[in-house]
Amino acid sequence: MYKLLLCWRYLRTRWIALASVISVTLGVATMIVVNAVMAGFSNEMQTRIHGILSDIVFESHSLSGFQDPEWHMEEIRRVAGDSIIGMTPTVTVPAMLSFQVRGQWITRQVMFIGIDESTHAAVSDFGAYLQHPENRHRLSFDLRDGGYDTRDSQSEGPGPSRPALGGAGWPHRRTKVERERIWKQKLKETAGNPDTALNTNTNQPTRSIDAQVDAILDVTDTKSVAPEESTSNAENDNSATPQNPFSAARPQQGRTMDLATEQFTGVVPGIGLASFRDSTGVDRFLVLPGDDVKITFPTAGTPPKAVSDNFTIVDFYESKMSEYDSNFVFVPIAALQRMRGMIEPETGLASVNSIQIKLKDGVSLDDVRNRLRQAFPPELYAVSTWRDKQGPLLSAVDMEMAVLNILLFLIIAVAGFGILAIFFMIVVEKTRDIGILKSLGASASGIAGVFLGYGLFLGIVGAGAGLILGLTITWNLNRIRSFVEWWTGQSVFDPSIYYFFKIPTIIDPFTVFWIIVGAITIAVAASVLPALRAARLHPVEALRHE
Amino acid sequence: MSDETNASPLLSVRGIRKNYRSGGGVLEVLQGVDFHVLPGEFVAIVGQSGSGKSTLLHLMGLLDAPDAGEVWLEGKRIDHLPAAQRDGLRNTVIGMVFQAYHLLPELSALENVLAPLLVRHGVMEWLKAGTHARDQAKMLLDRFGLGERMRHKPRQLSGGEMQRVAIARALITHPHVLLADEPTGNLDESTGVDILDAICELNRRDGLSIVLVTHDTAIANRANRIVRLAAGRVEQVDSSPA
Repeated sequence: MYKLLLCWRYLRTRWIALASVISVTLGVATMIVVNAVMAGFSNEMQTRIHGILSDIVFESHSLSGFQDPEWHMEEIRRVAGDSIIGMTPTVTVPAMLSFQVRGQWITRQVMFIGIDESTHAAVSDFGAYLQHPENRHRLSFDLRDGGYDTRDSQSEGPGPSRPALGGAGWPHRRTKVERERIWKQKLKETAGNPDTALNTNTNQPTRSIDAQVDAILDVTDTKSVAPEESTSNAENDNSATPQNPFSAARPQQGRTMDLATEQFTGVVPGIGLASFRDSTGVDRFLVLPGDDVKITFPTAGTPPKAVSDNFTIVDFYESKMSEYDSNFVFVPIAALQRMRGMIEPETGLASVNSIQIKLKDGVSLDDVRNRLRQAFPPELYAVSTWRDKQGPLLSAVDMEMAVLNILLFLIIAVAGFGILAIFFMIVVEKTRDIGILKSLGASASGIAGVFLGYGLFLGIVGAGAGLILGLTITWNLNRIRSFVEWWTGQSVFDPSIYYFFKIPTIIDPFTVFWIIVGAITIAVAASVLPALRAARLHPVEALRHE
Repeated sequence: MSDETNASPLLSVRGIRKNYRSGGGVLEVLQGVDFHVLPGEFVAIVGQSGSGKSTLLHLMGLLDAPDAGEVWLEGKRIDHLPAAQRDGLRNTVIGMVFQAYHLLPELSALENVLAPLLVRHGVMEWLKAGTHARDQAKMLLDRFGLGERMRHKPRQLSGGEMQRVAIARALITHPHVLLADEPTGNLDESTGVDILDAICELNRRDGLSIVLVTHDTAIANRANRIVRLAAGRVEQVDSSPA
């Protein structure tokens, strides 16, 4: 009983010892905050990775893919049907995306992904990342008549401003066609003949073309998108009816396409391909929904040949994973299959690269993957979970977290040495009390218990204060960030670098529990040596100690 | 001397030796001391500073172990017992009072008196025994005129008050023998006399065996018997009128 009483009294009267646990408090608080932020980032990232990748990806090794996805899906269902919610076939090929900005062609390397818009929503959160509210609800590759979000729909805070998207869609397309008409007319007026006009232009320094373009742009006062060369191509060999983009994307010979009312096959590029964020957090767009782009991709034959076609941007995809947002371009699967020659003429059977599989909640991904791996020859098919696909990235994040935790835990360990030193001091100061207790019949282990208990109490106080501090900081992290930004005038969390507009945090009770246990253990461990020293003190010498 | 044949000694030491190593040499503090105290006896040990009287008291109180010789309590040898049993004897049979009071500064007067019982009992036992112990401690403090000062910390008490708390602490365990090491050494004369009166009263009224160490012959004269220590040996034994 005296151990408890003395621990309590020492705790209340020795402020220096409380000072020694401040480092424990700070260590615990830092660990809680860092873990919460890391877990928040990690979770955000995994959600986004998983948003685009279905639970399990069943794919062929070859770019040409495998025939008859229906049969494959039936087989997959036969093997693991009880755990599957949905499946959708996709075609993925590397491609080049080209578009014109202020008269200059910009070409980017992309992954061109054909998706089945009727079933794709069942396997991934793809739709949630689109910019048009109706596309989020139900995906369509038809150009919308305006109504795109001018604010980031995914951020709960202010979000990046996207004024450019306000006019996107058919209005933008009509303006552009009109602008182009005026431009051509002006060229005609200056040169009389369009052909000579083009010739003179190419002979002149580029600056004058730019000046002309700029003049036109100033007149029309709209987006910085130059007239598309594609118009002439379209008039020559391409036409499409917007009502049925899949079947109509093929050129219909002899018919002239009215670009103001018709579109090519719709595509959804990642937002990172078409925009950049300036330092003020405003997204600036190079192209907009309604603009046409050229995409060059390989055919399915051997050897593959590069073919090009025109497409119309109908929406942007924004997963906030820059790897995806600056790489992926989505297109209706039927159109891509036809353009690549993946449909066998005799049988009408189409080929696909992969089948995306969505599993029921709680089903083990690895288990289903292994069953599928056994059922299909591994020489032809690769079966992987979304975690397998992003394995290096996910394990890098885990590694980072582990290293950070080790480093931060060392801070608490350093605090342990502080406790050790101060405890030795307290034992020296309390030497006479220890002698008194021994003269009253206290055992050596009892004396050790007083100091171990004291260490435990200090650990609990330090870790408890750290817990409160850590949770308070975590819960108010974004408020603290705003305050620091206001105070220093510096941007702490630059929205043009990070995709998040607020710092994501997740407090894992299990992690917090182990941090607390670790901190208390260190405090107790640090008091072991002083406690042993106290226990071994000779009672007579201790009593004589002044 | 005739008592010795009639009653067996309560506490005795036989041929006890104790050396202290200091620097290079060995200081022989006790060089074969025989001493005993009978039940109900009040013995004073007197001697010069450094004569080994405090060391002898510490050996009898089991705070130290002799280099040679034996300590006997109620017919049993106790100096070679395991630590746990010696701790138990200190807690139950032997009461000790020191010159410098040796109260725990973090505890109140009442808690200091209760300290031996707090040491004896675990938390669960204390829940049962605590109330009774508290009443006893209050009674003891009342008896020593400290009824109003139970909540005070040692630093708020005067020297005399602190020594009375220390005596109350020694008595709370109902010891068989009280070992007092210069209990009046730090007190002014009149307070010292008060304390001494209280100790004598314990012997006379309650029949408590007392061993009192002092260098002051006037104080020693209050005892039944005086043992003089010089240079680590018993020099002389006087039976003085009580």
